[in-house]
Amino acid sequence: MVTAEKVWEALAEVPDPEIPVISLVDLGVVREVEVDGERVRVEFTPTFLGCPAQEVMRTQLAEAVRALGAEPEIDVVLDDSWSTDRITPEGRRKLEESGFAPPEPRAASAPTLVQLDTRAFRCPYCGSTDTKLENIFGPTPCRSIRYCQSCRQPFEQFKTI
Amino acid sequence: MSAQAPPSSLVETVLAFADDELVLGWRDSEWTGVAPFLEEDVAFSSIAQGEIGHARALYDLAAGVLGGDADALAFDREPGEYRCAPFVELPLVHDWAATVARHWLYETADSIRVADLMQSDWAELAGLAAKMDREEAYHRMHAGMWAEKLGGDARFEAAVERLWPYALGVLEPGQRARLAEAVGRPEVEAVERGTHDEGYAALHEEMTMVRRSIPGAAW
Repeated sequence: MVTAEKVWEALAEVPDPEIPVISLVDLGVVREVEVDGERVRVEFTPTFLGCPAQEVMRTQLAEAVRALGAEPEIDVVLDDSWSTDRITPEGRRKLEESGFAPPEPRAASAPTLVQLDTRAFRCPYCGSTDTKLENIFGPTPCRSIRYCQSCRQPFEQFKTI
Repeated sequence: MSAQAPPSSLVETVLAFADDELVLGWRDSEWTGVAPFLEEDVAFSSIAQGEIGHARALYDLAAGVLGGDADALAFDREPGEYRCAPFVELPLVHDWAATVARHWLYETADSIRVADLMQSDWAELAGLAAKMDREEAYHRMHAGMWAEKLGGDARFEAAVERLWPYALGVLEPGQRARLAEAVGRPEVEAVERGTHDEGYAALHEEMTMVRRSIPGAAW
């Protein structure tokens, strides 16, 4: 018998396709799990609408449910209910360990360029806050590029959203 | 699906918005590999990906009412059926000043449109608009930074002057006064949706080529 708890455990093993150190549950994109006999409904919100990994995430979630012997239904919710605040503390730790600075907490309004330029973002390699914004945009929609003036290492900053 | 079907005029608005984002995303992607420097290559590629992602979400929403799917709406319609503003169709590659001018004017107009859609009675549209607004904040930052950098430059100012009537055409007439105020220019006669620029046929041809090459293929 499949239980919601078992589904959550299985989904916690599904890696993010772009940043495999973190799981989709750590990332907070799995919103809800509902078990109805052999059917399992998983509610999923993409991080960014332009994220190219969306389809892969959906397929992987469905496969994880199928591996438990249940029939998956993956519902994609395209609203503002996912924010980077939903990344778990464990997820933030894993991001930092692999060289991504985790996102800042979300504020009432979206961040401004002045904030990105002046706030003390911490380098995930040496811990220095003497870092500067190199590019608002990076290799995927969810990341910016910063440069640490102290250890002279470029690093990726998860955008707050 | 909403309990009650949204009015068809609103679905048309969503479709026109999706067409804007798809075509502008396409135009932005033309800078990939040829931007003035590497950081802008990355930026314009990422912005293009963002706009096309927004187009997909909007097409998905419209497809829920109209039938079909996002790909069919994006690529299977006849050129004349697209409702994008002529503004987003203009081929501007190799003219960086004009590209920045369009980017800044479009993002400013788009912020007005998105703010209005966030208030929509169509709950899914309002929710989607709220998500888009958070993402577009990064596009707006980028556009604002460049507009400030190039502000006062003769080529940039001339491009803004030339593109201004086109930019107004992105919005509904009732929204245009806010755009005029935001960019500090008088409202003039807009270049409206419903007509296409002469470069549009080639753009549509190229954009739909892969999809048409093997109808019904799964990628």
